[in-house]
Amino acid sequence: MSEITYKPGHEPHLRETRRIFRNIDRVGYDPSIACFIKDGGYETLKKAIKMEPAAIIDEVKKSGLRGRGGAGFPTGVKWTFIPKGNTKPVYLVCNCDESEPGTFKDRFIVHQDPHQLLEGMIIACYAVQAHYAIIYMREEFPEAAKIVQRALAEAEKNNFLGKNILGSGYDLNIILHRGAGAYICGEETGLINSIEGVRPYPRIKPPFFPAAIGLYGCPTIVNNVESLCQVRQVLMRGGEAYAADGATRSPGTRIIGVSGDVQRPGYYEIISGSITYGDLLYELCGGPKPGRSFKAIIPGGASAKVMRCDEVLKGRNPDGSVRKMTIFDVPMDLDSIAQHGSMSGSGGVIVMDDSRSMPEMLRNLNRFFAWESCGQCTPCREGNPWMLKLSTRICQGKASPEDVDLLKSVADNICGRTVCAFGEACAWPVQAFTTKFREEFLALTRPINAFKPHNPEAAEARKYLTRED
Amino acid sequence: MTEQPDAIAALAETKPSPGEKYYPPFKVTPELTKKAKAYIAMYPKGREQSAVLPLIHLVQEKHGYICPQSVLWIAEMCQSTPIHVQGIVSFYPGIRTSCPGKWHIRVCHTIACALSGGEELLSYVCEKIGIDPKAMTEEEPMAVSADGLWSIEAVECLAACGFGPNLMVNDALYSQMDQAKVDDLIEEYSKKA
Ligand SMILES: Cc1cc2nc3c(=O)[nH]c(=O)nc-3n(C[C@H](O)[C@H](O)[C@H](O)COP(=O)(O)O)c2cc1C
Ligand code: SF4
Ligand code: FES
Repeated sequence: MSEITYKPGHEPHLRETRRIFRNIDRVGYDPSIACFIKDGGYETLKKAIKMEPAAIIDEVKKSGLRGRGGAGFPTGVKWTFIPKGNTKPVYLVCNCDESEPGTFKDRFIVHQDPHQLLEGMIIACYAVQAHYAIIYMREEFPEAAKIVQRALAEAEKNNFLGKNILGSGYDLNIILHRGAGAYICGEETGLINSIEGVRPYPRIKPPFFPAAIGLYGCPTIVNNVESLCQVRQVLMRGGEAYAADGATRSPGTRIIGVSGDVQRPGYYEIISGSITYGDLLYELCGGPKPGRSFKAIIPGGASAKVMRCDEVLKGRNPDGSVRKMTIFDVPMDLDSIAQHGSMSGSGGVIVMDDSRSMPEMLRNLNRFFAWESCGQCTPCREGNPWMLKLSTRICQGKASPEDVDLLKSVADNICGRTVCAFGEACAWPVQAFTTKFREEFLALTRPINAFKPHNPEAAEARKYLTRED
Repeated sequence: MTEQPDAIAALAETKPSPGEKYYPPFKVTPELTKKAKAYIAMYPKGREQSAVLPLIHLVQEKHGYICPQSVLWIAEMCQSTPIHVQGIVSFYPGIRTSCPGKWHIRVCHTIACALSGGEELLSYVCEKIGIDPKAMTEEEPMAVSADGLWSIEAVECLAACGFGPNLMVNDALYSQMDQAKVDDLIEEYSKKA
């Protein structure tokens, strides 16, 4: 394969390993099938389609590939959850809803290298024997919708899609379905309802695990865009070779999106676990803005728990003894950060420096979750606007110290009492911010505020509560 | 159709908007029906309801918003009921029930963009196109300028967080915006009018 040149200012950092993002910002690369084939595209599919479907699943299992949509579930294992002896059609859905704040990786794949996704997706469909598959794309990608639509037509023309693919006797039809601006459509069961043409309320699990009862009541595999591209890498390299790269429990490369207060925000593709958060922020991203220092990091998309940069964490030396460390010493794989109470999720790292007010950050997140709750469960629907009111009141200096505890208790009462994981997603930031930056929240409050009415209605009601002598 | 158009009209109330002069009113044409049938054919037999969202996009792209007449038409095409379609229309933030301006601007104000100045960008764009930011409320997130040329809306994450602050004008994304870039952008689009 030829030498790759990247557009000026978009060259990868030396510590990056570009596999999925190999062709992103590449000079002379376009989303057409001709360009993709010239670069070795669809060769992996030609190889895979001659294999037994079960052998592909085995290969993916052996690779240890874990999903990149947020939960990090082993992809090969998910594929085996299709009930044995199933007689219904099997569907595969590619989750391109990408709406977790801080995450921006799938965007570049579908805009600049759509055939990479299609090849991975066709292999995955063949492995689970799906003959009908859907790419669910968020509405805010109107240009990508056109690009992918064109790519699908090109692939069909070249017999990588449609009837009797490459003479193997296997048929597959892929369609594109666009969302309409709702975060909850990223949740796999909400997404399925959205495709079915009903309100995208998430379904309760059990029993509605998509692999058992999914789209139209049939077994359905939902995978993220990056996960499907990784499937192609697994087949290209072989499962064992793939597993040999990077962290043992989460091998392969990962795409990290950095946003916020760093010198060079953007995307970085690294071998999982090969660098630490410190390496990422100081070396790849060039450190904090001039005259600033890092204060807090959200390590895995808006719903991950925030980490303080001066927090002392307990790490283990190879001999088992305990050592003190900070977030900057934590390796960037899927599990390490989870041991310290947060998560690596979809790889969106949001960085805040010492100029930022943490209550203000939390208010912004509360607004997001209050706006995006689907409204199906009472704790989530009512709790989120309540948390927004409380954090707004704190930011305005109108809250009392008890309001900080109240804010956390609302979050505690949402967590674990909802249909979908949005309940946790909205509660975790509140719990982490109010615990870890408690003094900053309290500093904005005043005890006297407890006796003041919060709004005109309360002021009016109060008139009737005070006795006239 | 058994439902009275009046009943659905009352339910799906649409606000008149100055943007309407830039979009043709909704009309069922053979061409539209043909496109709709092609969408419906994409889904398995008996699953016509899946095409509700694609048909909504089809109507919205051309006519700017979803009016009660189009709700009736979509329901009929997808063998669904108007009330069901209306339930979907009212759920999604991306589906509009009143007409946007010729150029619809969406400014991201979620955390990563807020860190790079998204909120300030929003007020600056409002100022440039002559819209009072207070006109954007929870019930009516979109505000339209008096001449119907512009409309603006604050939206959640557009998935370009590392390159904030971000905004979209109709289908195009603009990243790393600042005041000078906004000035140029507004001028460019005013000329396109
Ligand atoms: C509230 C919520 C939002 C989600 N949003 C997305 C999303 O935007 N994109 C995505 O790929 N997965 C999202 N997920 C995760 C999906 O439910 C699902 O786990 C994922 O698509 C599975 O793909 P994977 O196994 O390849 O990671 C979301 C989950 C929740 C609970
Ligand atoms: S937790 Fe929230 S988003 Fe999830 S189903 Fe319940 S109300 Fe909807
Ligand atoms: S936060 Fe604005 S694009 Fe993600």
